Amino acid sequence: MTTATQDPAPPAEDAPAGRRRRRGGGLGSYLLVRALLIIPTVFILVTTVFFLMRTTGDPITAALGGRLPADQLAERIREAGYDRPLLVQYLDYLGGLLRGDFGTTLSDRRPVTDVLVTYGAATLELTVYSMAVALLVGIPLGMVAARLRDRFPDAALRFFAIFCYATPVFFAGLLLKLVFSVWLGWLPVAGRVSTRGELQLTRGDTHTGIYLIDAISTGDGELVGEVLRYAVLPSLALGLLTAGVFLRLVRTNMIGTLGSGYVEAARSRGVAESRLVRKHAYRPALVPIITVIGLQIALVLSGAVLTETTFEWRGLGFQLGQYLQARDFVAVQGIVALLAVIVALTNFVVDVVAALIDPRVRYS
Amino acid sequence: MTEPAREPVVDIRDLRVTFATDGGDVAAVKGVSLQLLPGEVLAVVGESGSGKTVTARTVLGLLPETALTRGAVVLRSKDGATTSDVVTLSGGDLRRVRGRDVAMVFQEPGSVLNPVYPVGWQIAEGLRAHGDVSKKEARATAVDVLRRVGIPDPEVRVDHYPHQFSGGQKQRIVIAQALALNAGVIVADEPTTALDVTVQAEILDLLRRCRDEFGASIVLITHNMGVVADLADRVAVMYQGELVETADVATLFAAPQQEYTKKLLASVPKLGQGAVRARDRAARRPAGWADQAPVVVARDLRIVYPGRFRQPDFTAVDGVDFTIAPGEVLGLVGESGSGKSTIGRAIAGLTKVSGGSLQVLGTEVAGLGEKAFRPVRKRIGFVFQDPATSFNPLLTIADAVAEPLVVHGRAGDTDDARGRVDELLEAVQLPKEFGDRFPHELSGGQRQRASLARSLALQPELLIADEPTSALDVSVQARVLDLFDELQREFGFAALFISHDLAVVDLLADRIAVLHRGRLVEEGTGEQVLGDPQDAYTQRLLASLPVPDPAEQAERRARWSALR
Amino acid sequence: MSRRRTWRSLPVVHQLRQSVGLQRGMLVTGLVLTGLLVLTALLAPLLAPYGFSQLRGPDGTFGAQQAPSADHLLGTTVGGYDVLSRVLYGTRTALFVIVVAIVLSIVAGVLLGLVSGYLGGWLDRVLVVVADAVYAFPSLLLAIVAAIVISGGQSSLVGGVLAAAVSITVVFVPQYFRVVRAETVRIKNEAFVESARVVGTSTWRIMTRHVLRNATRSLPLIVTLNASEAILTLAGLGFLGFGIQPTAAAEWGYDLNRSIADVTSGIWWTSIFPGAAIVLTVLGLTLVGESLNDLADPRLRSRRRAADAPPPADVAVTPGGGLAAGTDGSTP
Repeated sequence: MTTATQDPAPPAEDAPAGRRRRRGGGLGSYLLVRALLIIPTVFILVTTVFFLMRTTGDPITAALGGRLPADQLAERIREAGYDRPLLVQYLDYLGGLLRGDFGTTLSDRRPVTDVLVTYGAATLELTVYSMAVALLVGIPLGMVAARLRDRFPDAALRFFAIFCYATPVFFAGLLLKLVFSVWLGWLPVAGRVSTRGELQLTRGDTHTGIYLIDAISTGDGELVGEVLRYAVLPSLALGLLTAGVFLRLVRTNMIGTLGSGYVEAARSRGVAESRLVRKHAYRPALVPIITVIGLQIALVLSGAVLTETTFEWRGLGFQLGQYLQARDFVAVQGIVALLAVIVALTNFVVDVVAALIDPRVRYS
Repeated sequence: MTEPAREPVVDIRDLRVTFATDGGDVAAVKGVSLQLLPGEVLAVVGESGSGKTVTARTVLGLLPETALTRGAVVLRSKDGATTSDVVTLSGGDLRRVRGRDVAMVFQEPGSVLNPVYPVGWQIAEGLRAHGDVSKKEARATAVDVLRRVGIPDPEVRVDHYPHQFSGGQKQRIVIAQALALNAGVIVADEPTTALDVTVQAEILDLLRRCRDEFGASIVLITHNMGVVADLADRVAVMYQGELVETADVATLFAAPQQEYTKKLLASVPKLGQGAVRARDRAARRPAGWADQAPVVVARDLRIVYPGRFRQPDFTAVDGVDFTIAPGEVLGLVGESGSGKSTIGRAIAGLTKVSGGSLQVLGTEVAGLGEKAFRPVRKRIGFVFQDPATSFNPLLTIADAVAEPLVVHGRAGDTDDARGRVDELLEAVQLPKEFGDRFPHELSGGQRQRASLARSLALQPELLIADEPTSALDVSVQARVLDLFDELQREFGFAALFISHDLAVVDLLADRIAVLHRGRLVEEGTGEQVLGDPQDAYTQRLLASLPVPDPAEQAERRARWSALR
Repeated sequence: MSRRRTWRSLPVVHQLRQSVGLQRGMLVTGLVLTGLLVLTALLAPLLAPYGFSQLRGPDGTFGAQQAPSADHLLGTTVGGYDVLSRVLYGTRTALFVIVVAIVLSIVAGVLLGLVSGYLGGWLDRVLVVVADAVYAFPSLLLAIVAAIVISGGQSSLVGGVLAAAVSITVVFVPQYFRVVRAETVRIKNEAFVESARVVGTSTWRIMTRHVLRNATRSLPLIVTLNASEAILTLAGLGFLGFGIQPTAAAEWGYDLNRSIADVTSGIWWTSIFPGAAIVLTVLGLTLVGESLNDLADPRLRSRRRAADAPPPADVAVTPGGGLAAGTDGSTP
């Protein structure tokens, strides 16, 4: 059969030459477009936050109004440049952002970037732990629920998922604390490590701020164990919240792919049910999950602020809470802008990973 | 009992299948007995809801959990060594039978290949599920079978992903999956319905080779009588879950026994039927008809869809010329992607003209704004392809039919227009009470009638019908086509009738235009285009079309093979 | 012959009738919990033994951190309020915030989504980028920013509840916008809208008569899911000290914030009860939303198995109609 390729399809998808050309450029240009999209995203958020925060007046009045005499207040405002036109302040702020200057906090007069360096590692550590909890709990349980659909384990797991979602992280945190720290006394109540441990960790010349890595590099096994014990409850509180989301998503997607034409076709060829689940349903179901992990970053960061406050875990979120209490809106604005950048970058990375996993994106 | 080889490979005995639905239990198959003999193609035909697909799927035990199956489906392995009753099998036993004894070819090749694995992997998977085959051997078999189903460069293509193949090639791969396992029985469920007619001919040829060269017996599920005439040895006709008639293919087409079969065969449009009607219409035309200003004039018409994200623009219509005279029906034929629907949409102002000139009812459409086009709109009617989506689900049929009248100020609201609506419904042979129903309460054919009523509400001079019957069963199609013809005679509108089916277009059109990849390759009366096609593509298109007559189709097939 | 829709086809009622087994159980549980929330909110003054900001009874002050007793069934908080009364009155705050936040965000989101999706163009592109940016951002932080703006950096007593509701609205508008816009874009290309365009129907009439009602069919589902998110966001704001002052209204998040220190010293009643109230409220709303979601998606809907009995004899499956389709009965 020599004329086998005469199937008429729209020319756009039929030309093999074009396909080959796009194979190299397709992914590249997709990533480029995606990378360029970060800029408007961050710009929009930063601009929105800036102008919203300024509609309430200048930050110094917000923080110190009523506590300082009017003339001192005016002096402070003039010093900080808040008496200039709003547009000038905005351009000044944007210029600062481009140079990596997110502003200086009012309450303790530190550059916001300095706050990030000091507390960012703690938040990163907590986020990674809780993501691990979420994925390790959510994905396997979601698969089980999908396979045993509408039977008792499925019902129980779904209820568990909804329960995870319905419990605010801070309440989950308080409950875990009450049970495991106060009543049972198994785990520490709050903080990242004991005072003694903290001294040990910060003694060396080089420390990353990620306590687990620092503890391992001291070579002190007991310290590693202590760091991990402190991390258990916050990671569980934050991780279970996201685990519920993953569980539901994996279940829904798996049910979708299990009912798809290709799973039925594979079944018609005699492929074993367990293999259908493992190979055919799992992988296509995973692609959208990776995209959703990106969206969950936002949820996890919201949760991190609350979890850190609950457990006095001295990270960015805890610090944000402190600045909120102090009405230090320069700091708040700086941290929010910083998180906007982080969220945009994470979403970009996640999209890249999703593109690399899906052959339809990889080769089109 | 003669020789053991003539014992049936599939023996369906008193099969009954019931589905649980929201509206209670529904019997889909009501006591069907059928046999498939070795080396034969048994076509199971019927309209939607006849239970043909459900019957075929029970052979593989592939029914959803909501189904309850009773009766027996005895399956014999290819070497005749083992028999098993699929209805009673489950788990591992069922798994062993699937693929080894019976394989399935599906309607939508696009959705049955897993998008995230290479096609070779998917072929090899079936092999490895049924025996201790090394990866290397499985791959070699996959390459071999891909070559045999006509995939060029199989050594390279074996590692490609499904989206890198065209629709016809995907169907070849699905068939390759069945052949790789060397199953004795292949169940093909509407294997060519999603494909264009020229591709259909290739796939039918491949299925014929499955029987002749691979020794497979085939159960062919289809609603297309042309496909039956082309491929089947024996035919079973089903209606509403029951077996109406079984006969060998020549007997069934020549001398159908049952009333239903006769009606079914009579509703199938056949090439050449339209000639009489066209002559009839030509005779009725008044003198000076040819001198009237045409309702549509297209000159070097170009329509381009801009590409997104650096992809090249797609030229859907590429320099097309044609005219439609008042009261004339122009049939526009082409395969998917030929640009036929785009032309219809451009005339109705749904798609922008990119170049050339398009005059509709004396108004130049190219570059015209919506406001300026609005007066023209009330002189055009449009019938859409899918009757399921062309009605707002939240409005009654009367609301929908009254809409043109209300919009153009002929009536204040639906109640005001109700008298006219009832007239229109009557004209399309629907009871006027149907005006109070919602679209989902009507069948497909009824909805398409209502759609005709809506398009005629303002007594248009031009009607555009975009594949108006392709979503309908053949008997419903016949009645809608008859109605269209009657209405055209009564109201005298000019029409652009768009279809992928040459026989349907032939039935209604005064002239036929053939489109291929955005270009108009041939135009003329039905007799000219169908009787003596000049363009190579038209010839191929015509030769690919299977006709519902086994003897004639055998001849055509020979001609088609010569054309390739 | 009236063929208009009856109460049976109303959202929720229709789904309740359609559901079976486990799904019906979920839906009923959710509806009961949500019903309890509404009832409690309505009857809070009758049910609660004290006012939500009451510090003293006839026998003097309540005292802080009193364990549950006959006088205070659920004990008292660190601020000396009665826990039971605050938990009960908290339902009012919760319900008020849900209603205000959802009404505001639906109005804004539906309007923007409809216009943006149907008209397209640069306005659409800008709105999509903005909505996507806002959507991807941590909702709690956004609500905090909005709360700062609305309450002017000072916690006002009267507008506290309203400020919280509006802050949550800011988070929800992009969600409704995205959903309605996506539906509008899909419906815009449906044959029935094109058929209206062909007839010459004006854009405004198409948008209001054909697109709007079809594009908002999935809203009941999103509303229930958003209602639960509203509660969580409100509690989160309260927990961070951005909620409502205890004298202005009872708010569970604020009470939980005040109970952090209590937990460390083993005082459990100040946190467990407001926390449980949040969980039950969100649980009820989420169960309703999840069930509606499942029932709306044919893949996820569970159906009964066919009964193992002779099927009714004359029920025919004829979706496309048979030979006599021109005049045969309707096939709903």
